[in-house]
Amino acid sequence: MSIISIRGLKKSFDDHEVLKGIDLDIEPGQLICFIGRSGCGKSTLLRTLNGIEVLDEGEIRIAGHSLSRTSKDEAIDARFEKKAQALRQHCGMVFQDFRLFPHMSLLENVVLAQTVVQKLKRDEAVAKTELLLGKVGLLAHKDKMPLQLSGGQAQRGAIARALALSPAVMLYDEPTSALDPELVDEVLAVMKALDQEGMTQLVVTHEMRFARDAADLIVYMEEGSIVEIGAPDLLFSSPKDDRTRQFLRKFL
Amino acid sequence: MKSLLNLILISSSLSALVPMTSAMCSEPLRWGADTESGAPLIFQDPKEPEKIIGFEKEFMEGIAKHLGRPQVLVHNAWDGLIPGLTRGNYDIIVNGIEITDERKKEINFSKPYFITYQQLTVRKEEDNLISLETARGKRVGTLKNSLTFKLLEEFGGITVVTYDTEPSSYEDLANGRIDAVLLDAPLALYNGGPNPKLKAVGKPISSISYGIGISKKDVKLLGELNSAIDTMAKNGELHRIYDRYGLWNSMMAEHFNDRTKNLEPPVMYEYFSASTNHERTFSQRIELYISFLPILAKGALTTLHVSLVAMVLAVAFGLLLALMRLYGAAPIQWISIFYIELIRGTPLLIQLFFIFYALPHVGIKLSSFVAAVLGLGLNYAAYEAENYRAGMLGVPKAQSEAGLALGMTRTQTIRHIIVPQALRIVIPPITNDFISLLKDSSLVSVITMVELTKLYGQLASTYYDFLGTGVLVAGFYLLLGLPFVRLARYVEAKLDSTHSPSQLRHK
Repeated sequence: MSIISIRGLKKSFDDHEVLKGIDLDIEPGQLICFIGRSGCGKSTLLRTLNGIEVLDEGEIRIAGHSLSRTSKDEAIDARFEKKAQALRQHCGMVFQDFRLFPHMSLLENVVLAQTVVQKLKRDEAVAKTELLLGKVGLLAHKDKMPLQLSGGQAQRGAIARALALSPAVMLYDEPTSALDPELVDEVLAVMKALDQEGMTQLVVTHEMRFARDAADLIVYMEEGSIVEIGAPDLLFSSPKDDRTRQFLRKFL
Repeated sequence: MKSLLNLILISSSLSALVPMTSAMCSEPLRWGADTESGAPLIFQDPKEPEKIIGFEKEFMEGIAKHLGRPQVLVHNAWDGLIPGLTRGNYDIIVNGIEITDERKKEINFSKPYFITYQQLTVRKEEDNLISLETARGKRVGTLKNSLTFKLLEEFGGITVVTYDTEPSSYEDLANGRIDAVLLDAPLALYNGGPNPKLKAVGKPISSISYGIGISKKDVKLLGELNSAIDTMAKNGELHRIYDRYGLWNSMMAEHFNDRTKNLEPPVMYEYFSASTNHERTFSQRIELYISFLPILAKGALTTLHVSLVAMVLAVAFGLLLALMRLYGAAPIQWISIFYIELIRGTPLLIQLFFIFYALPHVGIKLSSFVAAVLGLGLNYAAYEAENYRAGMLGVPKAQSEAGLALGMTRTQTIRHIIVPQALRIVIPPITNDFISLLKDSSLVSVITMVELTKLYGQLASTYYDFLGTGVLVAGFYLLLGLPFVRLARYVEAKLDSTHSPSQLRHK
């Protein structure tokens, strides 16, 4: 049984079609890396999955929640908003630029959604937060304000915040692109650890080394379509499609 | 024991009855007057501004004594005294009201209690302007809506300049903005007399009689008032009051058929002119200003009180307006935009007048404090709304996306992510606005709030000291604003150094 199922997903910005009908099924516990040139639609795909970007057509099902539209002209109503909000509670999302809330401490960043969305009691939320911060190695920094953290610490904090609602899947949009090279590994290590625990993770990335080492599946995209899906060893050593080969040549 | 207790109970209930019954048969005589109408009629005691004195006050105390009734002064603006009388706000009016045929159509008058003339006042060095004829082609000041104003207009050839208060007309004369002032002799004596730059010239012009105004229905009271005036004229009571104020004249001597010489020295005139002394020594001035300090401090507290409450209202209501404008459905947005543009597009002074004077016509009567707070608060809310809007637009869209991605609703995101960050952005401009509000609060003096600016007008015209008092009042405004200027700088510096949302770069 797949945990994520995407059917006929289309999305355009103005006249430019960014996603040209994506079909994809993802099994639980997998770590999937999405690779491809800038503008190929991989980030849009990720943002559409949790409804931050509204799909034009198609259907998305994640952990029993679904979002669907039959055409671009269909109005986005309060019901759609509500469904998207319900679905987002099961998708943790991590952004390239961390997006911690600068007006609250790291601890409060992680506590917030637990008390506001899940209506947990504050001490329960704090206890869980400390557990999560311990897991990403930031317990000692819990009372710092986001701007007092390094980029690597901030991104690990953002992962802890995304994990706070115990999501079924984690979505990462280029999680290491804004980091200094020496800080990349501490973030990737956290993601690898989560993979060990059986978390389903979708990662849009330019880290080919990480993709090859850690991913269960690689999805190569070009111009709004999926060109090739495969296990890293196979895809990196003998890609079936010429376009994949050309793209990978630059990295290997 | 028991009978003794009864006795005490009975006697105490009896004694409680006595003042009640006596109060019932002598209801206080309510007389309407403008407590700011000025010396020597009715004015603030220069030494104790809270106390009202004047020859009409003493006259009414005498009348009330002869009627065997207590008296109460009911304040009403001079222009509205007659409408107030016909509406029944008070029983009679006593405030330099000239007996005229026109007024007799509306109300009845008692016998004259005071007779005077109009007096021309010019600058000391003026030699040619000595009569109305020689005033042709010149600028002559007087009170608006007064009989004198009509007289000057009808005389012709004179440029008439009207004033709200007597002191300002004589001050303008001394400063050379007008060439003469024509007013009732008592006003000329008290306002022009003490000023060494001015002198009274010419013969008495026309004859004016002040009478007690009373409703046409109140015939019985009119008779009682007339006989009381007769009594006071015969036994010299009136003469004595007017002597003390330096106002007794030959016209009254003839009218009341009282040829006696002065009965008392003009102590009240001396008391008044000493307090308005134009040539105070330095130490007298300092003494005067020190005596102003507690009065002005009280006014400053009122200013601060009005400003703080108004700012709380502005900050709260402004946030609501901004949320309506940014996140409301279309009609709600329009309401907010309409309100903001309406308020920002019309003068605050007009808004204050509207709230205080226009709303009572639709049944909403507000105290001057509430009207002042509402006027300032609702006005500044429009500006604060725009501050907030800028602040909320200044929070990056990425922040609200991050909130939504955590499964929060749009409302929760606004409340927990956008508004707290916007608040930090807008604290400096809001603090600055508060300082402006503090200064704009001077406008509420027009709706009878006795705050710093109003006190400036009152004290300066009572003591003829616009310069020193002005500097003192300006000092008070500075002192009030200074802590907030410092606060604004402190907050700005603090926010810049720690968690400004516009600074998204990590170390």
